[in-house]
Amino acid sequence: MESLSNKKKVLDQKPLTLMERMYLPAIFKGMGITFSHLFKKTATIRYPEVEREFSTNFRGMHSLKRDENGKERCTACGLCALSCPAEAITMIAAERKPEEKDLYREEKYAATYEINMLRCIFCGLCEEACPKEAIYLDGPIVPADYLRKDFIYGKDKLVEEPLVMKK
Amino acid sequence: MSDKVKVTIDGITVEVDNGTTILNAARQIGGDIVPPAMCYYSKLEGSGGKCRTCIVKVSKGSEKDPRPMPKLVASCRTTVMDGMEVLNITSPEVLEARAGVVEFLLINHPLDCPVCDQAGECDLQNLSYEHGLQQTRFEFERRTFERIDIGDKIQLHMNRCILCYRCVFVADQITNKRVHGILNRGDHSEISTYIQQVVENDFSGNVIDVCPVGALTDKTFRFKNRVWFTKPVDAHRDCNHDTCNGKVTLWYKGENVLRVTARKDEFGEVEAFICNECRFDKKLTADWVIEHPTHIDDTSVIASNHYETLIPLHVIQPNEALQAANEIELHKKVKY
Repeated sequence: MESLSNKKKVLDQKPLTLMERMYLPAIFKGMGITFSHLFKKTATIRYPEVEREFSTNFRGMHSLKRDENGKERCTACGLCALSCPAEAITMIAAERKPEEKDLYREEKYAATYEINMLRCIFCGLCEEACPKEAIYLDGPIVPADYLRKDFIYGKDKLVEEPLVMKK
Repeated sequence: MSDKVKVTIDGITVEVDNGTTILNAARQIGGDIVPPAMCYYSKLEGSGGKCRTCIVKVSKGSEKDPRPMPKLVASCRTTVMDGMEVLNITSPEVLEARAGVVEFLLINHPLDCPVCDQAGECDLQNLSYEHGLQQTRFEFERRTFERIDIGDKIQLHMNRCILCYRCVFVADQITNKRVHGILNRGDHSEISTYIQQVVENDFSGNVIDVCPVGALTDKTFRFKNRVWFTKPVDAHRDCNHDTCNGKVTLWYKGENVLRVTARKDEFGEVEAFICNECRFDKKLTADWVIEHPTHIDDTSVIASNHYETLIPLHVIQPNEALQAANEIELHKKVKY
């Protein structure tokens, strides 16, 4: 009976030829292919010393932004924590003192701001929820570590470096 | 005249007492057709008529005089007539006018919701979410005031005030001595104690609850937490005060009571005013008898991650037929 798809191939197993039975030519041919790859461009890179170029919409580690005067933008409104589907973000708000006016943008700021990088799924909803443009997932890949506690990133790791003015 | 009159609001007919306002008639029906109210407060005499958010269209004046009213009317101040027909959400004219009113209310509002403690339970926030524009057309500077501490427990942010006068009515009617009021006229009006006097009486804390925006806020709760991360629980205690019944809502975060407020009904009005001792001084679980979690509307942001009853998913609900069929498997000690 003819097959419906006509894709069936009947394989017939012929006995090996003399060349195939000699074994070594095929081995040398294979080794030749392996050896030729030594001179080709490698597909891998030496991460973390070398990093690949990310696409523009890549979402990596979070960073808490500062405004053009170097003040922290975050006001601890809690919308990022509310929108977070993995419940990775926690924060404690505090009131700005008059002498801290250069440090924080609004009268309320995040005294502690923690992201659990093991919980985070890098969905970017916090970025979308933020009304103050304070959080962006524009960092590198979150590095590996040994202890769980070291994956809870506080403000020391998240807040952007203050802008240094060039003279 | 008979005691009961018939009124039709958005096609729903209801029989109410003679002399009821349109707003209260709509509240008896309930649901979406209730006009929003920023200044009217059923527990405060004389409130209402200031914010104009509750405007409705009267398409038929009454049975005797079926002419429509020429302009949109404030439903909190207009009493019903027999056979009156009112359009609220079914009239595009009303919705457009209400959006205009919201725009006016927001002219001087700082929109600092990320900082404001009222965010999440703010009437103006809900109203502007429903009716407001994305952007302001106001090109001038907003009026600004300094923050004022009214006593050590209440803080006044005059920037956020919409001049609804509710707090003034509270001080007039609930407390025995009013020391704050409204100064100046028009755009310059402000709530003030004039020489920043301390508002001191047992019921002064209620101005926090009646404020529809974040102008009067609890200083003991200031920046403690966002409203939607706290868990509201109904509780009561034996209050020694004559007029306070001690029935409150406690707002928990973990094991701590972050703040105490009066219980609010579906229209955002308190059920009973509570005294300052209950509100500010009793912040331990031991002080209260806890009743049950407060019911929160599903549409509120506070409802996120709050569950009143445990409703297990279908997959973990016990299925007796299935259990009986697999009895041997279920009670087997070793798997293999």
